[in-house]
Amino acid sequence: MRQSEAAVTALGQAPEIDVSLLRELVAHLREAQAHLREEWVRRITEAQLLGAMTPDEIFSEVTAVYNNYVDALETGSVETLQAYARDLSERIIPRGVETHEVLGIVLLLRDVLARSLFEKYQSDPGLLNRIFDAYEPAANRIAVTVGVSFVQERERVIRQQQEAIRELSTPVLQVRERLLILPIIGVLDSLRARQLTEQLLTAIRINRARVVVIDITGVPAIDLTVANHLVQTVRACGLMGADVIVTGLSSEIAQTLVALGVELGTIRTTGDLQGGIEEAERLLGHEAIRAGDLGRDRDR
Amino acid sequence: MPVSILKQGEYLIASIQSALTDSEVLQLQDDLVERVGRFRSRGVILDVSGLDVIDSFGSKALHTIAVTTKLRGAESVIVGIRPEVAFAIVQLGLGLEGVHTALDLEEGLAFLNRRIEEADGRER
Repeated sequence: MRQSEAAVTALGQAPEIDVSLLRELVAHLREAQAHLREEWVRRITEAQLLGAMTPDEIFSEVTAVYNNYVDALETGSVETLQAYARDLSERIIPRGVETHEVLGIVLLLRDVLARSLFEKYQSDPGLLNRIFDAYEPAANRIAVTVGVSFVQERERVIRQQQEAIRELSTPVLQVRERLLILPIIGVLDSLRARQLTEQLLTAIRINRARVVVIDITGVPAIDLTVANHLVQTVRACGLMGADVIVTGLSSEIAQTLVALGVELGTIRTTGDLQGGIEEAERLLGHEAIRAGDLGRDRDR
Repeated sequence: MPVSILKQGEYLIASIQSALTDSEVLQLQDDLVERVGRFRSRGVILDVSGLDVIDSFGSKALHTIAVTTKLRGAESVIVGIRPEVAFAIVQLGLGLEGVHTALDLEEGLAFLNRRIEEADGRER
């Protein structure tokens, strides 16, 4: 992210821009705005960009972007535009607008404006040259700003979602007083394994758990690092006074663990979650008795 | 700051509130082993919930305390190991094998009560 910001600044420090020329071209762009906006929308539709948005929406965004764009040209400050681009990205990302579309429409606007400037000043090549000297760096800077804002916003959304998935994927559940269940579903990588350990150890402390059942029925495969991590987790739970029962080792995982030579002798395992919970209840001193059986005992 | 050792019935309770220097650790070790004999204690509880780091020296000392007090007739249990400390100990391979641990003071007391009951039951 730092790199992209550096890029924006580098473009911002473009050679001295002739202020009066810039003012003149801004005035022209304001004057011709209705026509230029239409032209821009036409080119966007032609290029089949922003398919996820309705024509009305495109028109209203286009108006806002156009005004912001010209303002940024005039003041040379991209901050307002940056804020607007972030806000816009936030709105359109969930609707599936892609990076190439955003960059595409900004570059289209740049082209539309450049052409209009060309038409107006083509009679005087010298002036045209100077107009473009003023226009190009500012326009490029704006394009970079919008593109970077969009990508940053997207990255932020992705990071947020990753976080959410991670939190969803490892719930620690209390099923009985002092008994926790940790059902692990999906691939365990070392990052997730570490997070899981942290959550589990904290939960043991908060819930004052004596027994923990870790169910790995939903884990398709396991590698040496994660297996060792699991063993360490079990030991750490032991240090906090909790017994761990690992359940639901698939035959593949069981064979992998043995082949890898992971030291599992000290870990309590049972075939399935049911067995694990029964074992846990034994450890906690509970005994499961069917209500009917209880009645029969009394009758005897 | 030296660690104060409290006597509660047949048990000794040492609550370590802040990080100890190596010499303080050795001092604690000596004090505990000596008092176990003096008070004829049957259990020792070491509360380490105040520690956010336990290094190799510390865990070795905990191990030594557990083994030596056992030789003098008292079971030891370490209580209150924090989650992050527990995992660090395991990752560093410091183990603490042969040392009993429990969640907190309450659990530690319950553990010692159980152990002593068992031992008494066997004698009878």
